[in-house]
Amino acid sequence: MTIEIAPTSATVPVLVDERGRTPHGLWGVAATFFRRQPVGAIGLVLVLIFGLAGIFAEWVAPYNPTSNDFAAMTEAPSWAHWLGTDQLGRDLLSRILYGARTAFIVGMTSALVGGFSGLVIGVASAYFGGRLDLWLQRVLDIVMAFPLIIMALAVVSIFGTGIQNVIVAITIPLIPRCARIVRSSALAIREVPYVDAARALGYGHTRIIMRHMVPNVMGPFLVIITAFVGQAILAEAALSYLGLGVQEPVPAWGLMLQGGAEEYASTAPWIAIFPGLAIMLTVFGINLFGDALRDILDPKLRER
Amino acid sequence: MRAGFTLCAAALTAVLAIAMPASGAEAPKRGGTLTFMIPADAPPSFDGHQEGTFAMLHATAPFYSTLTRVNPENPSSTTDFVCDLCTDMPQPADDGRTYTFKLRDGVKFHDGTPLTSADVKASWESIIHPQEGVLSPRESYYMMVDKVEAPDPATVVFRLKFATTTFLPALADPFTFVYQKEKLEKDPHWYEKNILGSGPFKFVTYETGQSITGVRNPDYHHPGLPYLDGFTGIYAAKQATRLDAIRSDRAAAEFRGLPPSARDELKAALGDKITVQESDWNCGSLVTPNHAKKPFDDVRVRRALTLAVDRWHGVPALSKVADMHTVGGIVFPASPLAATKDELQQLAGFWPDIEKSRAEARRLLKEAGAEGLSFELLNRNVDQPYKYVGTWLVDEWSKVGLKATQRVQPTGPWTDAMRRGDFEVVLQANCRAVPNPILDVQPYLPSSVFTANYGNFEDKDEVALYGKMLHETDPAHQRALMREFEKHSIDTQAHEIWVSWWYRTVPHRSYLKGWKISPSHFINQDLATVWLDR
Amino acid sequence: MYRYIISRILLVFPTLIGAAALVFLLMRLVPGDICLVRLGSGGTSFTQASLATCHAEIGIDRPWILQFLDFLWGLARLDFGKSMWSGKPVIVEIATRFPISLEVAVMATVIAVVIAIPLGTISALKQNTWVDLLVRTFSIAGLATPAFWLGIVSILIVLDVTQAVFGHPWMPPIDYVPLWQDPIRNLSIVMLPALTIGYRYAAVSMRMTRSAMLEVLREDYIRTARAKGLIRRLIINRHALKNALLPVVTVIGIEFAFLIGGLVVTEQVFNLNGIGRLMVLSVQNQDYTLTQALVMVVVTIAVLSNLVVDLLYAWLDPRIRLA
Repeated sequence: MTIEIAPTSATVPVLVDERGRTPHGLWGVAATFFRRQPVGAIGLVLVLIFGLAGIFAEWVAPYNPTSNDFAAMTEAPSWAHWLGTDQLGRDLLSRILYGARTAFIVGMTSALVGGFSGLVIGVASAYFGGRLDLWLQRVLDIVMAFPLIIMALAVVSIFGTGIQNVIVAITIPLIPRCARIVRSSALAIREVPYVDAARALGYGHTRIIMRHMVPNVMGPFLVIITAFVGQAILAEAALSYLGLGVQEPVPAWGLMLQGGAEEYASTAPWIAIFPGLAIMLTVFGINLFGDALRDILDPKLRER
Repeated sequence: MRAGFTLCAAALTAVLAIAMPASGAEAPKRGGTLTFMIPADAPPSFDGHQEGTFAMLHATAPFYSTLTRVNPENPSSTTDFVCDLCTDMPQPADDGRTYTFKLRDGVKFHDGTPLTSADVKASWESIIHPQEGVLSPRESYYMMVDKVEAPDPATVVFRLKFATTTFLPALADPFTFVYQKEKLEKDPHWYEKNILGSGPFKFVTYETGQSITGVRNPDYHHPGLPYLDGFTGIYAAKQATRLDAIRSDRAAAEFRGLPPSARDELKAALGDKITVQESDWNCGSLVTPNHAKKPFDDVRVRRALTLAVDRWHGVPALSKVADMHTVGGIVFPASPLAATKDELQQLAGFWPDIEKSRAEARRLLKEAGAEGLSFELLNRNVDQPYKYVGTWLVDEWSKVGLKATQRVQPTGPWTDAMRRGDFEVVLQANCRAVPNPILDVQPYLPSSVFTANYGNFEDKDEVALYGKMLHETDPAHQRALMREFEKHSIDTQAHEIWVSWWYRTVPHRSYLKGWKISPSHFINQDLATVWLDR
Repeated sequence: MYRYIISRILLVFPTLIGAAALVFLLMRLVPGDICLVRLGSGGTSFTQASLATCHAEIGIDRPWILQFLDFLWGLARLDFGKSMWSGKPVIVEIATRFPISLEVAVMATVIAVVIAIPLGTISALKQNTWVDLLVRTFSIAGLATPAFWLGIVSILIVLDVTQAVFGHPWMPPIDYVPLWQDPIRNLSIVMLPALTIGYRYAAVSMRMTRSAMLEVLREDYIRTARAKGLIRRLIINRHALKNALLPVVTVIGIEFAFLIGGLVVTEQVFNLNGIGRLMVLSVQNQDYTLTQALVMVVVTIAVLSNLVVDLLYAWLDPRIRLA
């Protein structure tokens, strides 16, 4: 699990339309985004579809996602069950819709917590430098090189397999990746004249950090946490596949691919295919959106 | 006692007839190499005396002989025991406390040295009375044996502490390989890393963690056997891999047992190129409530847990996806000691009318002040059938207003949580080799008698009842005592919530012949009678 | 410069010791131990006495601090001890599994490079055309697909297609043989896993190649070259690609170190007897010595590749040393 975003130079995020005007209001921003970044917009739509499905699962899901129906096990897609049923007779569409909720909870929480922890560590490391920086970097080295599966097994075995513990296991390895990138962006800013000036004027650390450093690393930071959401969803799937993720009967995409999916891969392929597609489309959407976001937030790249 | 065994055999032939493939008069062909899958990761050692896993047994049973065994021609019987190294099944003497075995002439270990009674005695001593620092998980299984003697090189005598019907089935245990005395004495751990037996195949190679290979033993003591030139066993813990391997004929079979979906998939893809053998399995799922945690100290709550579960409808439905099939009580369904359907329907949780049963469960919960109770079911991180059964139970319990959640743990943490009493109710399994019901129900005794019962309860009546049953040698009396014990354990006290027996389904390539299914994946795996029809 | 190199190299040690402490602690914090797994997994029951025997045999009844010092002392002598599960030396356990993992990793890298560099370059040259869009979609999809799912589906496709075409299903052999013994058998085993891992790997490298190419294409000397009318092909070959390759090689290098992570899941899907599966197994069995050794191997590879990258960058860009 690595991040593919190269550290970008610090910039102020801007979204401009064809004539270079900055749009106003939510609709203005949205309209401009759709015109300037049609591919990113497709990504955003995909994300929104699954995100809304997750939020409104109670209303849109045709069945209860956890109730077994022994009269309708491993049924092929039909009008009654659009995507078929799984090995316990549960409606796959309903489980995928509710699974979207699990996926976004895991994805968003891991990305936000991991991202913000990384932001704090990265900025602190860059701003204070010296010994703190040196040792923080070593700790990050360890965490980054440490195999995820062992971290996950430890967390899950010690605290149990609740969704919050899976989030912890996924979040920990994200922290150093974010911290690295934020730190290198922040390092570049630490040396610019106005930070020196602020220091010379005797402003406190907090003020300098909050006013000058944090806003300047916001661009790469937003891009990273967008990518994190997708990675966390994939990590959850991989952990579930190894039996270390969330547990039955929670509807979760990774869990749906474990056990039953492999067991029924040839006799009832829909059990394996649809949850896999859900993961793929969501992460695909997030990545498309993330790319568009990067183009907007990084003018150097935007020109291309 | 002998009369008992004959009776049992007669009762069983009918019950398990379905499990028998059409073998008949076909003349076995000689030659060929069998490739089969071992559905596990490589075992920690090759030592049958120390290990409890089939991963060890399927790989190494072909290299060893045992003193007696389940009849390989009739392995589905729970009472048909025959000699492997001995010449005749003995008549017990001394009021059923002494068994004398004569050994075959000219049996040799694979290194050419003769196998004598000294080797048999040393092997059994290492199982029954292990020296310090040596594991023997089956030690308690042989608590009836006082000593083993070898008065002359061809005679082995077992002296029992008391007469019991449990001895002969226990003696036929497939893990009791006969080792060389000299090796055992030199290093009791020698057999963990080395293989030297007198079985139908000689050890060739072991590719660490991947596969094991054996070749025909030309000096095997059963004339004409084995039919195969050799075999290769390949480890594959993932079911999908094993299935794909059988489907594409990279392997002929796996011998543990696959879930119904796998059987259907292979049948659909390969038609009559696949033969399916099925049998009730001497393994079952049960839930143990932790009596030390409130409100599970209250028998009303424990009974409600079992009353809520609709076994008569649930098990047949589950049998489409999980390896289960037969509704039964705590005795292996094919055993003469098992409850009949009428007897079963008297027990809590087996009532024919589930609505009445659930109403009673709700009433008991209300009376105990535990309506709408939320609790956690500790479960093991294994698909078949743990996760299926767990998911099903949670749903069943919800029907009487109980809110259960699952905590699923890998084997180590799961075992640890049980031992520490860190659970409310736990889903367990009891998996045995040769059906031997009276020893097989030992795990349901309180921990003062059976240390690995994690229910945290004490019950002197139950222990006394068990003692009586163990020492009883009359089959009819024994059966009556077993009914009493069953009622006490899973109904009156509901110390255990018995869920269901497992079902063993072994689909294999039709050219594989001479292998017969048994009630346990531990039994009858020396491959001596297996042959390939190609 | 030398001071930087030496201090950077010295910093490797605290990282390694920290990782050693972390894996040691985590493994022991997981409830249960290898004896419980070994005795409890068969479904049979066991006594307190046999548990104590097992503990004593393996030596996990000793105080943690002694076990940790043993572990460190072993590391210092590059002696990882014996696997608690099989009783064989850890080094043997790892050595038996290493060739297959290495082979898959190398093949995946080859596949990634063969796909990524040409496609990434084309994508950059044809920026914002439909070719670019297609390549980018292909690579983003690669990042979005769970590798194990791709594995499951690809085996299924091979089985079904061969059954439809030849009348009987075919799949690659399942018992590994070394390349020099039977190259065809070996390659047919390794091909599918290498492809499924290689796809993701290619996706990452493709994106890197594209953005590095775009960056370089904007540099002044390339513009000059273009202005001077050098043919396009020559520019790409001689100048642009060469300069764009450094970050690409870096990504490929770092990804290679992280491949072990990808192997964990993929070897599971394809039942490959490699390092990744050994790691899952040793973790499940709670085999402390083997897990510790494997983690140290993985961490060391990652730390060393980081070190090489850092030193390389310092050598190329002196400003970094100041930062």
